[in-house]
Amino acid sequence: MPAAVSARDLTKVYGNLTAVDRLSLDVREGEVFAFLGPNGSGKTTTIRMLCGIITPTSGEGHVLGFDIATQSESIKARIGYMSQRFALYEDLTVRENLNFYAGVYQVHGSRRDARVQELIGMAGLTGREGQLAGQLSGGWKQRLALGCAIVHQPPLLFLDEPTAGVDPVSRRSFWTLIYGLARGGVTIFLTTHYIDEAEHADRVALMLDGRMVALAPPRDLRETGLSGTLLEVECEPAVEALELLPGIPGVHEVTVYGTLLHVLVDGISADDLTALLRQRGFSVTSVRAIKPSLEDVFVSRIRAGQAEASAL
Amino acid sequence: MIARVWSIVAKEFIQIRRDPRTLAIVLVMPLMQLVLFGYAINTAVDHIATIVFDQAQDAQSRGFLNSFFNTGYFDPTGQAGSLEQVRQAIDAGRARVGIVVPPDFSHDLVAGRPPKAQVLVDGSDPNTAQTALLVAGTLAQRGGQSIDVRPVVLYNPSMQSINFMIPGLLGLILQFQTLLLTAFAVVRERERGTLEQLVVTPIKSWELMLGKILPFVVVAFGNVLLASAIGRFWFGVEFAGNYLLLLALAGLFVLSSLGLGLLISTVSQTQAQAMQMALFVMLPSIILSGFVFPREGMPHPIRELGLLIPLTYFLQILRGIILKGVGVEVLWPEVLALAAFGVIVFGLSANRFRKTLD
Repeated sequence: MPAAVSARDLTKVYGNLTAVDRLSLDVREGEVFAFLGPNGSGKTTTIRMLCGIITPTSGEGHVLGFDIATQSESIKARIGYMSQRFALYEDLTVRENLNFYAGVYQVHGSRRDARVQELIGMAGLTGREGQLAGQLSGGWKQRLALGCAIVHQPPLLFLDEPTAGVDPVSRRSFWTLIYGLARGGVTIFLTTHYIDEAEHADRVALMLDGRMVALAPPRDLRETGLSGTLLEVECEPAVEALELLPGIPGVHEVTVYGTLLHVLVDGISADDLTALLRQRGFSVTSVRAIKPSLEDVFVSRIRAGQAEASAL
Repeated sequence: MIARVWSIVAKEFIQIRRDPRTLAIVLVMPLMQLVLFGYAINTAVDHIATIVFDQAQDAQSRGFLNSFFNTGYFDPTGQAGSLEQVRQAIDAGRARVGIVVPPDFSHDLVAGRPPKAQVLVDGSDPNTAQTALLVAGTLAQRGGQSIDVRPVVLYNPSMQSINFMIPGLLGLILQFQTLLLTAFAVVRERERGTLEQLVVTPIKSWELMLGKILPFVVVAFGNVLLASAIGRFWFGVEFAGNYLLLLALAGLFVLSSLGLGLLISTVSQTQAQAMQMALFVMLPSIILSGFVFPREGMPHPIRELGLLIPLTYFLQILRGIILKGVGVEVLWPEVLALAAFGVIVFGLSANRFRKTLD
């Protein structure tokens, strides 16, 4: 299948800050592709470069076969874009917002009216057509913004932090909409800093300080993203164990999960660790090997990246 | 293409209608400015409170004093018994002018010597002081005789400042409105993030610019018509020249003013910044353009600075057409300057108004 989005060594430098550093990736047609990373990791900059509204410092990219540097207007006519701020006109009603974007994307006449009606139904805004967008709650706004972004039925949709500041129930119904679009053949390229949301995607790219540190389906990331074994440790007092464990040979990382500790080890078993903790006077309830979650992988990669950065 | 421009225009009109602040600028501000400036800025001062210390107390001195009061510029507020009382009355603000007639006033007059009279003027309000000095000077030269002492003023024979103010107000209102509305309309989109959204759509920069500007051109022309109607029928200012020429040249001025507004919007991130930038343009426009203070009286570098302001040229055009009744044959240098200004400012802002977020 041809690539809907492809980037080669895409780089953006602001002064002495490298926002995006030699990013290369391919997004397949019809794929739900998630960009996962903390704030400031270069996700938004990447999306904006791909939409042709920020000029890359170096490198190249193609979206739907068009060059992002020279054919950005052709790209803009064929993509949908939704920013994290839900760029709606708050002093316009639901229907006026949709009509406006329909006009901008040159959807006219009876085709427009039918499409607007369809989108109002899709977003669950039937009966609220005359309400000002500014008076809608977060979830409604988000779905209206999505409606505005797809009024021209684009084959590729860029979503920049689409669920920021929206309640969990609305997030779920939003994802239902996204899956519906994806089933209809729309390629979805989204950024998020919610790890659970990245689990919904076909493939996840991990971004850190402008660099892509991993790219794989969520399941592969979970299974192969960590080198070593992840142990879940329940012991008392946990705080002292958190201080002690990183100094022990074979222990790579220790992370707190509620009252539990996740310990990434290499070359020592669960029994070894239990014995060691008991020997030091800890009361150990359980130590067992677990499957890493995407969050474990994410946190581990971020730490590795930070260690690398501070070593430089 | 035209359809996309129309989408923006239709949206702008809905937003103008729904935003109380914009609506105030569109509807209330022009009326308020007309009435406030029309009535408050009265540079020709009359009915100046005047205290008199008449030491002669005879027919000649009373005749001399009456010649003051008959002009209508001075109103008697009382008699003083000493020079000290005159000073006190002016210090306390009970009077702005004091007239002191010496005891030998009539004696000198009869003897053919120029009689001496002292006029004390409160200089804290320059406009009042200027008027008082001018009138007193004229009167003193005539020695209190029954001669017509009214000053002759070209183009504004009644010396009513309103005739001078209304054309200026037309220009000022146009400038205020177009500049503020355009700057706000664009910056508001930047602030709310909708500009980012528009930049990702296939709409072209010029379509967006045109769509943003057209509604305010309509609004501006509506206000030119309204303001000139009020000037003509409420304030009674006669229009000496060609009204259609005035409208055409107002269009030229609106273009440069809209261009300035767009330029401001391209360098401002927030509405507060845009407001500051607008004031940065507006204040010199009021002070240096000749709207309130005559440009002839300005020192040289300041006066040249006024030539960088489009309102300077437009005021000359407005006053030329409305008060003097002249046409392009006289006003062509101003028209050319305004056109050049419009082209430069518009070019600059169109160049800066790019569809990128870099």
